[in-house]
Amino acid sequence: MSDFDELYQEIILDHYRSPRGAAVLDHIPQSMVHENPTCGDSIKLEVILAADGTIDAVRFENKGCAISTASASMLTEFVHGRTVGRARELAQGFIGALSGEGPAETLDAMGDLVAFRGVRAFPARVKCATLAWHAFLAAVGDPAS
Amino acid sequence: MDSVAAGGALRVQGVSLDRIRADFPLLTRTVGGKSLVYLDNAATSQKPRAVIDAVSRFYAFENANVHRAIHRLGEEATASFEAARESVRSFLGAQKKSEIIFTRGTTESINLVARSWGVANLREGDSVLISGMEHHSDIVPWQLLAAETGCALRYIPIEEDGTIDLGRLARDWDPRTRIVGIVQASNVLGTVNDVRSIAAIAHERGALVLVDGAQSAPHLRVDVGDIDCDFFAFSSHKVYGPMGMGVLYGKEALLEAMPPWMGGGEMIRSVGLQESTWNDLPWKFEAGTPNVEGAVGLAAAIGYVESLGFERIETIENELTEYALRILPATKGLRLFGSAPRRAPVFSFTMEGIHAHDLAQYLDREGIAVRAGHHCAQPLMRSLGVSATVRASLAFYNTKREIELLAQALEGAARFYA
Repeated sequence: MSDFDELYQEIILDHYRSPRGAAVLDHIPQSMVHENPTCGDSIKLEVILAADGTIDAVRFENKGCAISTASASMLTEFVHGRTVGRARELAQGFIGALSGEGPAETLDAMGDLVAFRGVRAFPARVKCATLAWHAFLAAVGDPAS
Repeated sequence: MDSVAAGGALRVQGVSLDRIRADFPLLTRTVGGKSLVYLDNAATSQKPRAVIDAVSRFYAFENANVHRAIHRLGEEATASFEAARESVRSFLGAQKKSEIIFTRGTTESINLVARSWGVANLREGDSVLISGMEHHSDIVPWQLLAAETGCALRYIPIEEDGTIDLGRLARDWDPRTRIVGIVQASNVLGTVNDVRSIAAIAHERGALVLVDGAQSAPHLRVDVGDIDCDFFAFSSHKVYGPMGMGVLYGKEALLEAMPPWMGGGEMIRSVGLQESTWNDLPWKFEAGTPNVEGAVGLAAAIGYVESLGFERIETIENELTEYALRILPATKGLRLFGSAPRRAPVFSFTMEGIHAHDLAQYLDREGIAVRAGHHCAQPLMRSLGVSATVRASLAFYNTKREIELLAQALEGAARFYA
């Protein structure tokens, strides 16, 4: 598989074409928008908690490329039903695996998200793939930041 | 005129296009198994062998610091450095070598004017006027100046077709305007602005004019005397020379009156414990050891461009532009930005339903190098209502075949992302 095909795997294109969790979030103010300054991509994201403190749903509204849209879509499925603490750890692991600050093998245990391993060959696209995850960490409160 | 379109050995005004292309070693390489199609010339141009050899020769045979050495090598390096200044003077049609200041690039040249002339001359109540199609390098230095001096920063609006309405500029003139910053060729729209008329309008009303020539100097004959601009900035690396090298032209009387903006060696006449006196122009603005290899390489680039000649360059590029404007808009879902009658070979576009980054990534797979993003012109992008475009920018060494490959790849991308 070429680097390009590795980057744009079928599962990524599928989530891009029909993003899960996409919504109109007019009630979230513009000041809460996360942006990728290099390409002008942006995302608003909200996390809805269940009574037991687990994540009931994540919804997002974005302007972005296939990689960033698919990443947001897969995030909504991946964190569903998890505790905030566990989801936060996993989000940090995902970001670290793509940025190179953490082990790449982390992705192998993250189900469909392993499809994003191809992003590591394109440093300029790491921000696309992690934008939603940074927005998620901000939404749930990242203790590290 | 011979035609670029003619089959067989393509020649323009007696020179074979294949031979021109062969002067650029990088153009022969492949990327990911495909022949490189380099369409990112507005970001940086490739370098002819003459430039690569000049830089290499300088380090192999002439390297020494300039202006201070009492030895043969130092004298030779100084002679080469100052000969480069003469090349630039002639290239720009300037009167005097003292009006040619070497900088790191267009950005530094504009910052020099803002920091030196701007800080010394502008106060609260004054205005800086720039166009809505400026590159960040002709926006941010003025924002910094405005924050420091209290002067206002105002914008010339852009018309629907990506041009400036000169009548409107004259009519809506803000009498507090002290300087106009205007790009000669837009790095997004390709628009070539009538900087000569803009300078006339500004001068009649007592304002100076700085022309950002980063995107025009590679494509058309610049004559600072004819434009009658007060300052002109351009970068070496976009006119086939080395990176990290640029030029500020300024009218001598203005430069004489301006204070230095960086202190250090070379820019002084005499240094005392508490104060110093300044060197003559242009060295007053050239603190520290300069980019001698850059100057030598730029001179070689100018030599190359002059030997090709702007008449030939414009003939080739105009034909490529006409071809691109015929082929590209025929692509389904493609929206081209800017339709100025006079333009540089720069084409910004979006494709319906495909993000600029995804499009550029697909083109890269086909060996085609373009730019995707906001092109360091966010205010312009906002007025166009887009966050990112793809930009294909051509040079005289590009071919019609490459434009066809781009168009084919765009069709491929449309199928891939559908």
